[in-house]
Amino acid sequence: MRLYSRVRLLLVLLSLAAALGLPLLTYAPNRLLTGQGIALLDLLQGGSGLRWLALLPALPLLLAPWWRPGIWRERLVYLAALWLGAALWWLAGSEATLRAGDEDALARVSFGGGFWLLQLLLLLQLAEALQVLAGGLPRRVLLLLLAQLPLLWLLLSGRLDSLSLLREYHNNQDAFDDALLRHLQLVLFSVLPALLLGGALGVWAYRSARFARLLFPVLNVLQTIPSIALFGLLIGPLAWLGRQLPGLGIAGVGLAPALLALSLYALLPVVRGTLAGLQQVPPAVREAARGMGMTPWQIMLQVETPLALPVFLSGLRITAVQAVGLAAVAALIGAGGFGAIMFQGLSASALDQVLLGVLPVLLLALLVDVAFRLLIARLKGADDHA
Amino acid sequence: MTMLELKAVNKFFNGWQAVADVDLQVAAGELAVLIGTSGSGKSTTLKMINRLIEPDSGSIRLAGEDIRSQPPEVLRRRIGYAIQSVGLFPHWTVEQNIAAVPSLLKWPKARIRERVVELLELLHLPAAQFLARYPHQLSGGQQQRVGVARALAADPEVLLMDEPFGALDPVTRGTLQQELLRIQALSGKTIVLVTHDIDEALLLGQRIVLMDKGRVVQQGSAQDFLLHPASDFVRDFVGQSDVGVRLLGLDTVASRMRPLQPVSGEPIAASATLREALSAFVARRVSSLPVIDAQGQPAGVLHFADLLPVAA
Ligand SMILES: Nc1ncnc2c1ncn2[C@@H]1O[C@H](COP(=O)(O)OP(=O)(O)OP(=O)(O)O)[C@@H](O)[C@H]1O
Ligand SMILES: [Mg+2]
Repeated sequence: MRLYSRVRLLLVLLSLAAALGLPLLTYAPNRLLTGQGIALLDLLQGGSGLRWLALLPALPLLLAPWWRPGIWRERLVYLAALWLGAALWWLAGSEATLRAGDEDALARVSFGGGFWLLQLLLLLQLAEALQVLAGGLPRRVLLLLLAQLPLLWLLLSGRLDSLSLLREYHNNQDAFDDALLRHLQLVLFSVLPALLLGGALGVWAYRSARFARLLFPVLNVLQTIPSIALFGLLIGPLAWLGRQLPGLGIAGVGLAPALLALSLYALLPVVRGTLAGLQQVPPAVREAARGMGMTPWQIMLQVETPLALPVFLSGLRITAVQAVGLAAVAALIGAGGFGAIMFQGLSASALDQVLLGVLPVLLLALLVDVAFRLLIARLKGADDHA
Repeated sequence: MTMLELKAVNKFFNGWQAVADVDLQVAAGELAVLIGTSGSGKSTTLKMINRLIEPDSGSIRLAGEDIRSQPPEVLRRRIGYAIQSVGLFPHWTVEQNIAAVPSLLKWPKARIRERVVELLELLHLPAAQFLARYPHQLSGGQQQRVGVARALAADPEVLLMDEPFGALDPVTRGTLQQELLRIQALSGKTIVLVTHDIDEALLLGQRIVLMDKGRVVQQGSAQDFLLHPASDFVRDFVGQSDVGVRLLGLDTVASRMRPLQPVSGEPIAASATLREALSAFVARRVSSLPVIDAQGQPAGVLHFADLLPVAA
C-alpha cells in the first residue's frame, strides 16, 4: 500500500491518540465538582450496544491516507468527517440522557478533552477535503455550513438537552439572550464610530505625513495598554464627567466606558487599513486622474475609494473580530455581554457556564470573519470578471 | 496660429531651480518634442501646461488665453494627457477608461460609445474584443494604446505626452510612433511630446526643443540639430559620430531615386528612409537598388552615390 497523504496520516494518528488517550466525556455528581473521565471505549459498551455503528465512518478516514487522491476520496472524507462529528455529539447527548436522569437531577455530563480535540481534528479533515471539493471561498463556506446541519438537527430535536452545556443554557436562557443582544451592541457601536473616525483620520494621515507621524505613536500606545487596564483607566475620568454632566447616562462603569475603550482599540486597525489602502493606489493612476481633469472629490469617490476598499475592508475585518473578543472583557466593568456569563461561571467555578459564555464569542468571531472574507472576495471577483 | 505659448517660465523646488526662463511657442497642428537628459525639467515643463504644477513666474497661454483664467479641472479636460506609466484605472474596463473625460464633460451616452469605438479602431484594437477588458488583461503595448485613446477621447485641443513609448520594446515602440504620426496627420492635433530618445525626437518632432538643467539650449527642426548644433553639448547629444546616418534617416528613397532603368536585385520601398537604403546597400553588397512604390510596381532606381546630397 502506498502512502499518499502524510497530512491525513498525521490527523488520523492524532485522532486515534485523542480517542484512546483522553476522556471523551466527564461525569460529575453536580455542576461544581470536577468530573471523572469517560473514555470512548466505555461509551461504546453502554446504551443499546449498537453505539459502535455510529463510529463506522471512522473507517474510511483511517484508510484515506493510503487512498489514491481524487475527487471521490475527498467526497467520502467530507461525508465521513461530517457524520463522525455529528455521531460524537449524538453519543455525548445520549450518554448524558442515560446518566443524568430527569430534569432536575444534579448529575452532569460534560465534554472531555478528547471530544474537543476530535472535533477539531475532524474540522481539519473537512478543511482538507474542501480544498479539493470547492474552489472559491463562497462554496467552501457553504459546504462547511452544510456540514453543521446534523448538529443543528440534534440541537433542535432536544437530543443534546441533557448535556451540562445545554442545561446551563436552559438555566440561563434569559441572561443568554440579553448577553447576545448586548454583545452585538458592544461590537456594533464601537466599530461604527471607529469606522467613521478612523476612516477620516486615515485619509488625513494619508494627506499629511506630519499628521501621520503624530497620530501613529498615540494609536500604537493605546493598542499596547491591556484592555483591563484601559477599562480601569477610563473609570476615573468618566465618573467625573458623569458627575459634571448628569442626565446623559455617563458613568465610570457600564456601557459608556466599554464603548469608548472598544472604539479606541478599533481605531488603530481602521486607520492603518485606510492608510494602507490609499497608499497602494498607484501614483500613476492618481496622476492620470488629476491630469484628465477630475476634481479632488471625483478622484476620491471614483478612483481612490474603490481601489482602497479591499485593503480597507481587510483592516475592518481584523477590527471587528478583535472587537468581538474584547467585548467579552468589557463585562468586567459591568457592560454585560457574553463576558458576564463567562466571568460568572469562572467565579462559581462552573466550567460549563464558562463555556456557555466562550463558545458564542468564538462562533460570533468566526461568523464576522467569514462574512468579511466573503465580502472582500466578492469585491475582488467583481474586478476580475464582471 | 500659435496654440501654445510659454513666456519666461520659471519653477523652483525648495529653492532649487528646475525650470529656468523657458520660452516656447507651438503652432496649431505642430508636433513639438521636448528632449533632454534625465532631470533637465521636461516633465515639469509639460505639467505646468496642464497645471499639474504651477509655475513660480512667467505666463502660459493656450489658444491665446491665459491658462489661469479658468479652473484647472476645466483646463485639463481640454488637454489630453498620456504618461509613460499609463495610469489606466484598474477597476474600470477599457471602455470606461477611454470614456473618462467625455463622461466628465457629460457627453450623451450614445456619443461616448461611438467615440470609444472609433478610437479603438484608430489604434488598431478591435472594439468587440477590447471594450469589456480590464487593464490587467492587456499587454503593455495595448495599455499604452488605450492610454493614448483615453487622452484623445474628448477631442482635446492639445495633447501632452510624457515618454508615452518609453517602456516598450523597440518593435512595438516603432509601430506606435508610426501610428502617432498617422493620427497627427489625420487629426491635425497640436502635440507636445517628452522623450529622451534622440531618434524618437528626430523621427517625430517637427520642432525639437532640447533642454539642459532647466533651460532650453536649442530649438528647431531635425536638420537644424544635425547640421547646425548650437553648442558642443548639442553636438554630443545628437551623437556626433552618427550625424551622417541620422541625416539619411530624415529623407526617403523617393526623394533621391532616378527614373526607371532596369536593375536586378531585391527592391526597396520608395517610402523607406535613406538610412534603410544605406543599410541595404552594405548588407547586400550592391551599388544600386531597384525601387518599388506602395503598390509594388517598379518606380525607379537608387544608386549608392545618390545618398550624397546634390547641393549641400
Ligand atoms: N515635485 C517635485 N518636488 C521636488 N523636486 C522635483 C519635483 N518634481 C521634479 N523635481 C525635480 O526637478 C528636476 C526636473 O524634474 P523633471 O521631472 O522635470 O525631469 P525630466 O526632465 O522629466 O527627467 P526624466 O527624463 O528623468 O523624466 C529634477 O531634478 C527633479 O528631481
Ligand atoms: Mg520626466
